[in-house]
Amino acid sequence: MISVEDYGKYETAWCPGCGNFGILNSLKKALVACGLAPHQVLLVSGIGQAAKTPHYLKANVFNGLHGRSLPVAIGAKLANPELTVIAESGDGCMYGEGGNHFLAALRRNVDLTILAHDNRVYGLTKGQASPTSEKGFVTKAQPHGAFAATFNPVAVAVTMGASFVARGYAGLPEHLAGLIAQAINHRGTALVDILQPCVSFNKVNTYTWYKEHCYTLAEDYDPRNHAQAIATALEFGERIPLGVIYKKEEALFEDQFPVLQNGPLAGQEVSREGLRQIMQGYL
Amino acid sequence: MPPDIHLLIGGEAGQGLVTIGQLLSKALVRAGYEVFVSQSYHSRIRGGHNTFSIRLGAGPFFAPRESIDILVALNAETVDIHRGQLNGQALLIADASFAPNLPGTISVPFVELGPEHLWNTAALGLLGKILELPFDALYQAVEAALGKKHPETLVENKGVLEKSWEWAAAHVSGHGFILTGGALAADRLLLNGNQAIALGALAGGLKFCAFYPMTPATSIVLELIVHAETMGCVFEQAEDEIGAINMAIGASFAGAPSMVATSGGGFALMAEGVSLAAMTETPVLIAVAQRPGPATGMPTRTEQGDLEFVLHAGHGEFPRAIFAPGSIESCFHLTQKALAVAERSQSPVFLLTDQFLADSARPVVLFDTAASSPVVAGIEPGDMPIPYQRYRLTENGLSPRLLPGLSTHLVVADSDEHDEDGHISEDHGVRIAMMEKRLRKIELLKQEVVAPTLAGEKGTDILFVNWGSSQGPVLEAAASLRGQGKSVASLHFSQVWPLVPPQFLDILQAAGEVVCVEGNATGQFARLIQREAGFVMNRRIARYDGLPFTARYILDSLETTVSLEAGI
Repeated sequence: MISVEDYGKYETAWCPGCGNFGILNSLKKALVACGLAPHQVLLVSGIGQAAKTPHYLKANVFNGLHGRSLPVAIGAKLANPELTVIAESGDGCMYGEGGNHFLAALRRNVDLTILAHDNRVYGLTKGQASPTSEKGFVTKAQPHGAFAATFNPVAVAVTMGASFVARGYAGLPEHLAGLIAQAINHRGTALVDILQPCVSFNKVNTYTWYKEHCYTLAEDYDPRNHAQAIATALEFGERIPLGVIYKKEEALFEDQFPVLQNGPLAGQEVSREGLRQIMQGYL
Repeated sequence: MPPDIHLLIGGEAGQGLVTIGQLLSKALVRAGYEVFVSQSYHSRIRGGHNTFSIRLGAGPFFAPRESIDILVALNAETVDIHRGQLNGQALLIADASFAPNLPGTISVPFVELGPEHLWNTAALGLLGKILELPFDALYQAVEAALGKKHPETLVENKGVLEKSWEWAAAHVSGHGFILTGGALAADRLLLNGNQAIALGALAGGLKFCAFYPMTPATSIVLELIVHAETMGCVFEQAEDEIGAINMAIGASFAGAPSMVATSGGGFALMAEGVSLAAMTETPVLIAVAQRPGPATGMPTRTEQGDLEFVLHAGHGEFPRAIFAPGSIESCFHLTQKALAVAERSQSPVFLLTDQFLADSARPVVLFDTAASSPVVAGIEPGDMPIPYQRYRLTENGLSPRLLPGLSTHLVVADSDEHDEDGHISEDHGVRIAMMEKRLRKIELLKQEVVAPTLAGEKGTDILFVNWGSSQGPVLEAAASLRGQGKSVASLHFSQVWPLVPPQFLDILQAAGEVVCVEGNATGQFARLIQREAGFVMNRRIARYDGLPFTARYILDSLETTVSLEAGI
């Protein structure tokens, strides 16, 4: 039996009260709920405080470059489809520097879980606006308030017809663990955008603020209704819905490669006979 | 030099000249001749002035030639552009509607031979008859190209082929172009550089390739994709070059020998990924097909201008290897070696090619597939202790590489400086130990360096130093000078980094004049030799107009080049 203890306990570099702690605990619970042992899991991250999460639990880890967790995760999954691959990073990494990779990943639908710690600010570089910062959010770098429109990753993902889109909240760890477990078990690319208070640099979106605005979707909410999902995804202001906002069955990207039916590419022998026949074609 | 015929087919993109050229080349190889094929094209899909050039005869040929013996003009522009290159006895084959009033012109009523979309086949029939190739060889080439999929098209093509063949038999005679040779083995592969790289990668055990299309590298990947299913290779067109190299690194980390292929502009985007591969010690093969820069430069032309860029790309300091094949055979063999070296050194490794090599084709003897030894990623976990240390400090700098998910060991890789476990570390002692561990791998790379090849004697009056695709034209120029009784040799580098001076310094020192021939404006390789070996070459022949070297260009430049001052 796998237990939360199997995933270890480490000292972190996070501020006391950081939302990352709740997310880390929820992730461990979700992995246990999915019956996964640490060696079956690959956590891929980019750069930022959220991207350090993989260092604080036991698993296979690839901590790469800012914004680049998704292509690394996709490459690893395509090399070994038996790995449970989770890409985990912050809003700046996933939606800013990695924006193009984010869009492309949703279109591919590789069996992959994306956990975006969305604190709506750049934490590691000490408080600049992020793509998800509220318009008008004042920082040292945006002294007159952020001019750019707020990026809504959930709405973008639902609009694109991504196969699993959820929003969680670090302050509701049990609920979040459930969402992460569903995302891991979903066959396809699953996005969980996780609202996360940043106690040091985001004085707007605080624990109190989230408590006042967030609500969990009703039991009878049907995440398969795309039109309703779009409306729900766009609801972000006075009320912010939490839960699985949209999901659907969709063919897996990796299934187009017959060779991946045979498991990891490592260890699959190179066909000398195949090569010989290919060469004959150039005669 | 052996007697040869240089045939040039010119026209607009979309007129099918590549098809005629390829079919004719294939037929010539099957009939036992040597060919050297090169292409020139503009960055557009229709229109523009394109050429397909074939040197044919007994060979061997390693470079294109400038003067033309037979010119096939599919449009009037071709005549205007190339009439100045025609030899005294040259044939010029053109449609009656624009055939010029030049000696040697064969005015062909193409409308009588077939419908306009098959005029390329008509040209093939004419050329086949003029060169006295067996009709069957031509037909078989057409049949192989059209396959059994298009039986009606094949019948139509055969009709046009026969009609044009008969027209040539009746109207073309006494031109004096008699092919010699024709005794070479028929079972040779006709490959261009990019095809040879793709086959080399597959033979070398490539299992994953990610790319973003960019001329002249794209065809490496397109060739791979044709065979991917047979060879169990997974590929993906990434959203951009940054995505491509990161995907390849992810795949390699998880156990698939991986490569990316790009050109200078795409490689610029990959630079942070190069650094990531170095820091995480993940093997990856990066093929950079050079074209003139800066920025978009000349997209369909050639240059050797990215040596210094590839040598220094990526922030921080780390070891790397850079291979630069000079021939089609070498494209195949060096790609295999480069994959293996990437795996053995757990590092980014480069293959530096260019548009000229990518698009030039030669027949090569069938490679021995039994002799290839595909890369095996990582090692068996065996009784490796747990917790496993991905970055264990070792004497040779190589830590035992396990693959994630294939055992109960946990593999932790990090782009930050990290400890032996792979976890982030800001400890200065750890930093020093890890930097030194990574840098120690240069010794291993040096042990594997492919020594430069000396063609000719040591101690000649003139020594041509060259690297990568300049090899063929240099060999031809050197042979031509030797034919005039001059004392000439050439030294070709198919690996340009790391350099091991004891392998070549005495050769440089023994020569009278050392002339570096390279396809860039500033003498990047000459400067590198000076930096690494302390040897200053006397002279330099540069080409940076977008065109490949030819023997003629080198010989002409040798006469006009003045000795360089010390310090390039």
